[in-house]
Amino acid sequence: MLPNLDLEVVGASLPFLWTGLLFSLKLTLVAMSGGIVCGTLLALARLSSIAPLRNAAAAYVNTLRAIPLVMVILWFFLVIPLLTGKPVGAENSALITFTLFEAAFYGEIMRAGIQSVPRGQVAAARALGLTYAQSMRHVVLPQAFRNMLPLLLTQTIILFQDTSLVYAIGAKDLLKAAEVTGKNYNRPVEMYVFVALIYFAICFALSRLVRRLQARVAIVR
Amino acid sequence: MNYHWNWHIFAQQVQGGSETYADWLAAGLGWTLACALCAWLIALALGTLAGALRTTGNRVLAGAGATWVELFRNVPLLVQMFLWFFVVPELLPRELSLWVKQDMPAKEFVTATLCLGLFTSARIAEQVRAGIQALPRGQREAALALGLTTLQCYSHILLPRALRIIIAPLTSEFMNTFKNSSVAFAIGLMELTFQARQMQEDSEQGIETYLAVTLLYFLCAIIANRAMALIEARTRVPGTPG
Repeated sequence: MLPNLDLEVVGASLPFLWTGLLFSLKLTLVAMSGGIVCGTLLALARLSSIAPLRNAAAAYVNTLRAIPLVMVILWFFLVIPLLTGKPVGAENSALITFTLFEAAFYGEIMRAGIQSVPRGQVAAARALGLTYAQSMRHVVLPQAFRNMLPLLLTQTIILFQDTSLVYAIGAKDLLKAAEVTGKNYNRPVEMYVFVALIYFAICFALSRLVRRLQARVAIVR
Repeated sequence: MNYHWNWHIFAQQVQGGSETYADWLAAGLGWTLACALCAWLIALALGTLAGALRTTGNRVLAGAGATWVELFRNVPLLVQMFLWFFVVPELLPRELSLWVKQDMPAKEFVTATLCLGLFTSARIAEQVRAGIQALPRGQREAALALGLTTLQCYSHILLPRALRIIIAPLTSEFMNTFKNSSVAFAIGLMELTFQARQMQEDSEQGIETYLAVTLLYFLCAIIANRAMALIEARTRVPGTPG
């Protein structure tokens, strides 16, 4: 039985949903940029010749990948105030958590990217007199990044979907905004369907974009 | 950092109840295992079907498979949980709707398992499709030339080989299913994450609680990994590299 849908609530909720969407996007962008930077460092550590560094990075990545994201979110929400001695709020906690969590995933992608660059290029760069840092910065990483761009973006789509899990600590993202409006107007059905449509539209469009990009950025050797 | 450690907390009784906190976590582990395992069976069956449909070469069937995948892949799992829990019952015929909302046994479990199963099936479908496409084209042609119907060709030739090829990604997807079942706390399934939050509030020993639950999730991941390795060894075709 299709309930009589009330589309007015959808219109009335738009400004509120917009605020929620902005937080979801901010969280996605911060975690993506922070995650790629930290992830690249993690990847370099995992490929390093220094054993303790290599093992520490591997332990970090493997641990985070084995625990559900919800648990990681709860962990940080509990531990950060204990470490800093003052409450940081759900939003800030989410920003820190997602950056550190996504670093493990972006790190594995960057590691594959670095390994996809032929070894001869590193040898050639070092033979030309470039230091390790220079050969990474000018030769290896640009190619690794380009090779992995589609995968990095696919991970970002997953990340955007996962931001909805800040529900566990009550941060005000897109889903939370929809839920609160649904409760206030006593119209949860409309709001859940509407928010699902928004997520679908964004993720579907992005995944199409990635597929196009994939065909274009492939390096012709 | 001043935190009062209390490792005996697990043996202590919960506030206003006769069971211990360890009982709570054990019950949570039970629901997590039940939800993840049942969801995995649903996901394998439907995912294999949807993945195979995409490779049939029939535009309608392939389109149905593609729609299935896009639908379940582009909406966050948590949102899908809410859709199944709050929205779907409203769309059912009145009598059924009332039954689902009021009398259905283990409502949270059924909803969460169905939702997680469908969500995971979309991911499995993509892997099955990749597995079938990785097979030499001559295999399908040979099977059809021998007089096998399309259905026989898939069930006797293509799927048995494709599923063996994709066993590594399937293993990580199986492990993901345990992790993803944690999202079911949001609709009130009393699985591990739900119990962890409840125990943390009740006992105020958050670190011990989360450490124990994290360990239990680790355990699930390891067991899932070993189980798949066992299946991989058992199903290997003799004489093939593995």
